[in-house]
Amino acid sequence: MLLQSIWFFLWGLLWAVFFITDGFDMGIGTLLPFLGKSEEDKRVMINSMGPLWDGNQVWLITAGGVTFAAFPLVYAVMFSSLYTALMLILFTLILRGVSFEFRSKVESPAARGFWDTCLFIGSVAPAILFGVAFANIFKGLPLDANHLFHGNLLTLLNPYGLAGGVLFLLFFLVHGALWLAIRSEGDLHDRAVKTANVLWPVLLVVAVVFLLYSAKATKLYQIYINHPVLFLVILATVAGLFGIKVFLGKQSYFKAWFSSALLIAGATFYGVIGLFPSLLPSSMNAEYSLTAFNASSSPLTLKIMLIVVLMFIPVVLVYQIWAYNLFKTKVSQEDLDLEEAY
Amino acid sequence: MDPVFLSRLQFAAATMFHFLFVPLTLGLSVLVAYMEVRYARTGDETYLRMTKFWGKLFLLNFAVGVVTGITLEFQFGTNWSVYSAYVGDIFGSLLAIEASVAFFLESTLIGVWIFGWKKLSRMAHAVVMCLVAAASNLSALWILIANGWMQEPVGYVYRNGRAELNDFAAVVFNKFAILEFFHTVPASFLLSAFFVMGISAYHLLKKQHVEFFSRSFKIGLVVGLVSSIWVVVEGDQHAVHVTQVQPAKLAAMEALWDTQSRAPIALLALPDEKNERNAVEIGTIPGVLSFLGYHDVNAEVKGLKDFPRQDRPPVLLTFISFRIMVALGMLFPLLTIIGMFLKNRLVESPWYLKLMVAAIPLPYIATQAGWVLAEVGRQPWIVYGLMRTTDASSPLAGYQVMATLAAFIVVYGFLGAVGYYLIGRNAIKGPESVQTA
Repeated sequence: MLLQSIWFFLWGLLWAVFFITDGFDMGIGTLLPFLGKSEEDKRVMINSMGPLWDGNQVWLITAGGVTFAAFPLVYAVMFSSLYTALMLILFTLILRGVSFEFRSKVESPAARGFWDTCLFIGSVAPAILFGVAFANIFKGLPLDANHLFHGNLLTLLNPYGLAGGVLFLLFFLVHGALWLAIRSEGDLHDRAVKTANVLWPVLLVVAVVFLLYSAKATKLYQIYINHPVLFLVILATVAGLFGIKVFLGKQSYFKAWFSSALLIAGATFYGVIGLFPSLLPSSMNAEYSLTAFNASSSPLTLKIMLIVVLMFIPVVLVYQIWAYNLFKTKVSQEDLDLEEAY
Repeated sequence: MDPVFLSRLQFAAATMFHFLFVPLTLGLSVLVAYMEVRYARTGDETYLRMTKFWGKLFLLNFAVGVVTGITLEFQFGTNWSVYSAYVGDIFGSLLAIEASVAFFLESTLIGVWIFGWKKLSRMAHAVVMCLVAAASNLSALWILIANGWMQEPVGYVYRNGRAELNDFAAVVFNKFAILEFFHTVPASFLLSAFFVMGISAYHLLKKQHVEFFSRSFKIGLVVGLVSSIWVVVEGDQHAVHVTQVQPAKLAAMEALWDTQSRAPIALLALPDEKNERNAVEIGTIPGVLSFLGYHDVNAEVKGLKDFPRQDRPPVLLTFISFRIMVALGMLFPLLTIIGMFLKNRLVESPWYLKLMVAAIPLPYIATQAGWVLAEVGRQPWIVYGLMRTTDASSPLAGYQVMATLAAFIVVYGFLGAVGYYLIGRNAIKGPESVQTA
């Protein structure tokens, strides 16, 4: 029981780290047509995430892999139920991935424009769809006693789901604008800062709406009411949200970005804790929900996997933080002139 | 349309396509790392240009390899949910370990390699590529342990309506997995070697950058020679093990219908599955199959008729893919041995150079044939002897899978075409296409 609870938490953690890391990639990719006025601008934007996006994306692979390893029934039901939505996410991510490499290798502006569009689609679509997917999980999916999903993609595009999509998109747009502010200079930098400032009040409103809507559409608050100390998680999330505003005002963009990361992590945990112990609640009947206790792997597998992640994830964090540290500098002309740069 | 059949096609299309790019990632990363270490140690500018030129091709290939791999991680859940729930206790862990241990290292460090030229010392930067090479080969290990478990399930117990892990060490050190690893990785190095040799040969034919491409060719040659011989020798060991644990696959890949000692091989055959015989058999040599399978000419080899019809794999596809793989597998050492004799007069041997240019696609065909053999030959099982493929798929509607199958074919087809076009164009342009300032 403890082992399963630990894994429930780790599962949430992996998704949170994925959103903190690849979130700003998706944000910058979405902002590409809006802030990338010149070819130089576009290159700076793309190269600002250039060294990091691939390593960031692996958190998604790991989150999926861990879902499979620790909660195989959840993996099976989640990915077959959300088939169309997940395939859309995967295909758009594929487009994004190759666009990084291909766009700088083609010469004609038309070809470049094509890959830039692919990069945009491959950023905005997953951002929204992840929000839609998670909101629907918070809400509960129409799963019957045999774990069969009674619905399709349209089922997921309900108002609460769409609200989740908009929320995630805003998270990532602000997060991306802040990273871009860190790594860019001059006019592009100023526009990135302006974007963050303009979007922040929108994010505030949507976040508040979503928090209130969740009280109506989901059972997320039940555990918070039963264990009020957990409200600290929501508090931390709100602190992150306001931290962005405060640090933007002080032009401390690293601190603003960290606040944004806190916001995203907090929001993820707000949802994950609210779900506990369910991973896939059933909106048809609570008995049909898949939980950490009825859908996990055997104790032996959970134990071995725990040892593996406790050994390797800290190592991953060390070298990823090292990489982030190498590439937190402003994107320079020298960086852009590298043969292999995007 | 039958969603199970469509899901099979989709998985096959996705994996085969992914495997167009994987072997070159595994092998070329090692070759580029070697070139860069030579540069870091000697300061020889030619090695730097080689690193950058082959590195550029590597990156283009790597990009398509990475994105086509993402879908596979999730495709077990999307299209094979019953399988996932049934074996996830074992299989899921292996995938999660692959991501934690290898993918992270590979993907994080490739970003550092691309952008870190000015931020790291020469040797540190070279070490980064060494680690990328190590990480990608490490990921191959874990996925092959996973596939090995599907071929020969070990270390599990049937409990709670599913397979549950019993012995992690047994799973990790599964003989089938080890044999697969030591077959697939050298095969990948072989493919990479022929890629380098073929492109080098193209430029040597035009007498362009002769020093650069002679050096590149020779590096490819040594790797090609060793790996092509290794693949054949180890392949024999692999076949002996398959004979033990997957006798139906062995019977199918040789189109052997009747159990017999001194079992023959037929060089070519046209199986007639309905009538349980071969309509055509050419070049039958008695005793050879017994020898190949057991290293004993008198050993008894089980024929397909010894297995119930529903337990036999598709014979024609298994037989042909095996023949293609072996035929090419015999050709590769021959080509590299010739190369060893000609290596100091390559430019004066245009017939050989032309051969090597034409040979570039051959390892691609061989590796695909090998995987068709491995996976089609395992049918009707998704886990050999434990679970049938037809019982393993997700409860999806035919139209859903039809749509995604079409999307895979179209999107992958397009990306593959663009990817290979860019690789080809840059390969032809040669080292002038890279600046090293």
